[in-house]
Amino acid sequence: MPHVILRAPAEPPAAALHSPGAIYIPPVPIAAIRTEQLRKVYTMSVAKTARGAPGIPIEMSRGAPERPGGEVVALDSLDLQIESGEFFGLLGPNGAGKTTTIGICTTRVIPTSGTAVIEGADVRMQPTLVRQRIGVVPQRPNPDSSLNVRENLVFHAAYFGIARAVATARATALLDKLGILEKAEAKVNQLSGGQQQRLMIARALIHQPGVIFLDEPTVGLDPQARIDLWTILRELHAQGRTIVMTTHYMEEADQLCERVAIVDQGRLLAIDTPAALKARAPGGTMIDLVLDSGDESVAAAVRAIPGVSSATLRGDTLRAYSDRGGEVIAALLAAAAAHEREVRDIHLAPPSLETLFISLTGRQLT
Amino acid sequence: MTPPPTDVAQRATAGRIFLALLRRDIRVARRELPYFLLRTTLQPLLFIVVFGLLLPRMGFVGESYKAALLPGVIAVSLAFSSVQSVALPMVADFGWTREIEDRLLAPISIELIALEKIVSGVIQGLIAALFVLPLARLIMGPIVGLTVAHFALVIVVTLLGATAFSMLGLLMGALVNPQQIGLMFSVVVAPMIFFGCAYYPWQNLSIFPAMKYAVLLNPLVYVSEGMRGVLTPAMPHMDLRAVSGALIVIIAIFWTLGMRSFTKRAMG
Repeated sequence: MPHVILRAPAEPPAAALHSPGAIYIPPVPIAAIRTEQLRKVYTMSVAKTARGAPGIPIEMSRGAPERPGGEVVALDSLDLQIESGEFFGLLGPNGAGKTTTIGICTTRVIPTSGTAVIEGADVRMQPTLVRQRIGVVPQRPNPDSSLNVRENLVFHAAYFGIARAVATARATALLDKLGILEKAEAKVNQLSGGQQQRLMIARALIHQPGVIFLDEPTVGLDPQARIDLWTILRELHAQGRTIVMTTHYMEEADQLCERVAIVDQGRLLAIDTPAALKARAPGGTMIDLVLDSGDESVAAAVRAIPGVSSATLRGDTLRAYSDRGGEVIAALLAAAAAHEREVRDIHLAPPSLETLFISLTGRQLT
Repeated sequence: MTPPPTDVAQRATAGRIFLALLRRDIRVARRELPYFLLRTTLQPLLFIVVFGLLLPRMGFVGESYKAALLPGVIAVSLAFSSVQSVALPMVADFGWTREIEDRLLAPISIELIALEKIVSGVIQGLIAALFVLPLARLIMGPIVGLTVAHFALVIVVTLLGATAFSMLGLLMGALVNPQQIGLMFSVVVAPMIFFGCAYYPWQNLSIFPAMKYAVLLNPLVYVSEGMRGVLTPAMPHMDLRAVSGALIVIIAIFWTLGMRSFTKRAMG
C-alpha cells in the first residue's frame, strides 16, 4: 500500500534548468533504509559481560534464542525497506532484536552477515557517511555530563564539522522549540528525565539528518512527557524526515507510525500499516475470563455462544474471541455460572496490535 | 525546527572533527584543572617532600640523591597523569554512563576518535609534568647537575613517555570494569611506580640482577631513565637511543591492543 511521502520533491539539477530542451528526469527514489538478510549472532561470552550494560542490546540476555555452543541469535535474516519520509515502527518485546537492528543501522553494531543501507550508504563499507545522515536518540539519555545543555549541542554539531556560529543559532532554536531554552546553561544532571530526552532529540537534530532513529524513546517518561514527545515526533515527521522508532508499546506504534514491523526473537513476523495489521487480528475482541479454577466444560459451553469465534482454556484463564465485541460478556458469565464457576476477573481487549501480537507469538508483549 | 537538508552541506574534514573532539576534552580538562592537578601530582610532590627534603636534611640520604629523584618524579607525574586522563573517563563511559556515544556517532573513523583521546592524554601529562618540575625544584632546593640544556631531547622523551602512557590508558580504559578500577591502581599502577626506576637509577639495580632485568618489562623504567638522561645526564642512565626504541615499541604494542579493546567496547 502506498504511503504518503511528505518530503519535498528534490529540486531539478541546475544543469537541467539551464540547458534548453532538456527534459528533467527526477531521480529514482531510493529507500531511506534497506536491510537484506540482516543477521546478528552474539557469542555467549559477550552476552554475559554485556548483560544489563546500557547501550548494549539487552535482548541477548533475555528472550533471544540461545543456540548450542553459547551463541545467541539476536537477529535472523531481517529484510526491511523503509521509504524516505516514512514514520516506521519496530514493535516487539524485549529480546526481539529491535535494539540490535537500530544498532546496526546506526553503525554501532557490526552485523554477522547481511547488509544495511541508509540513504544509499552501506553501514559496513561507509560508516562515516551513514553517521552524517542519521540522528540517534538512545534508549537511555546519555548527554555529556561534563558540558552544560547548550554546550552538548554546540559540541555535538562541531563533531559534524558545523561552524560554531551556525551551531549556536541552531542550538538556541532547537532548545526553544523543545521547550528547554531556559535550561540552556544548566548542567545536564539538573534536567528531568523528560527534559534529558528532549535534549537527546535536539542533539539528534543539530546536524539536520534526514533519518532519525529512536530506541524506546518513551520508556521511563511520565504520561505528560510521553504525550509531549509524541507531539514533537509528529512534527518531525511532518517536516519530511524519515523516522524509525522502536517500542514495545502497541498504543504508541498505533498512534504514531505509518507502518509497523512486528519482530520477535530476531525475526520479522508481520509488516504493514497499523490499520491493516489490526484487521488481521483474529476473531475481533479478545475477552479473558479468570475463573476460580479451570473448567473445560465452561470452554465448551462458551464456544457454543453465538458471536464467539473461539475459546481456549489456559490454567484458570478462559480466552474467548468475540465477533460482537463486549456483547457476549453476559452470555459468558451465564455459561460460567451454569457450570458453578466463579468469575474472578474480566479483561476485554478490542482488536489491536496487542491481540495480533499475542496471536502471532502466543505471548504477551510486555 | 529547520527543514531537512536536501544535501549534507557539511562535508567536514576529519581534521576539523578531530580538533572539535580535542577542544571538548580541553574545555572539560580546564574546568577540572585543580582537581586534576591534585589527583595526579599530590603523590609525587609528597614523595619529594619526604625523600627530597626531609631525608637529605636528616642525613639519611645524600644530597646527590635529589638528582636521581627529580627526573623520576617528573616521569611518574607525566606517566600517571597521562594514563589517568585517558583511562578514568573511559572506564566510566564504557561502564555505565555511555556518554562517549555522542562522539562515537561523529562521522570520523573510530581510530581517530581513539587517537584524539591519546592526544588529550599527552597534553594533560605535559601539564602535570610542567606543574611538578618547578615545585619540585622549589621544595628540594638546588639540585646538582640539573640542566635544561638538552631542551629538544627533553621534549622528545616527554612526548614519547606521555604517548606510551596515554596508550596504556586507552588499553586500561577499554579493558577495566568500573568495579575493578581501584584494584587496577593498587595492583598494577602502584608496583609500576615502585619498580619503575623512578626513585633510583636502573644501573644501581645491579645489586639484584634478576630484578634489574625483570623491571625492563615496566614501561615506566624507560620514561624515568630517559628523564634522567636529559635532565640530570651526570646520573647513571640508560642510553637515550635504547630508551626511545623501547618507548616506540611499547607505543606500538599498546596502540594495537588498546585499539582492539576500544573497538570491541565501542561497537557493542
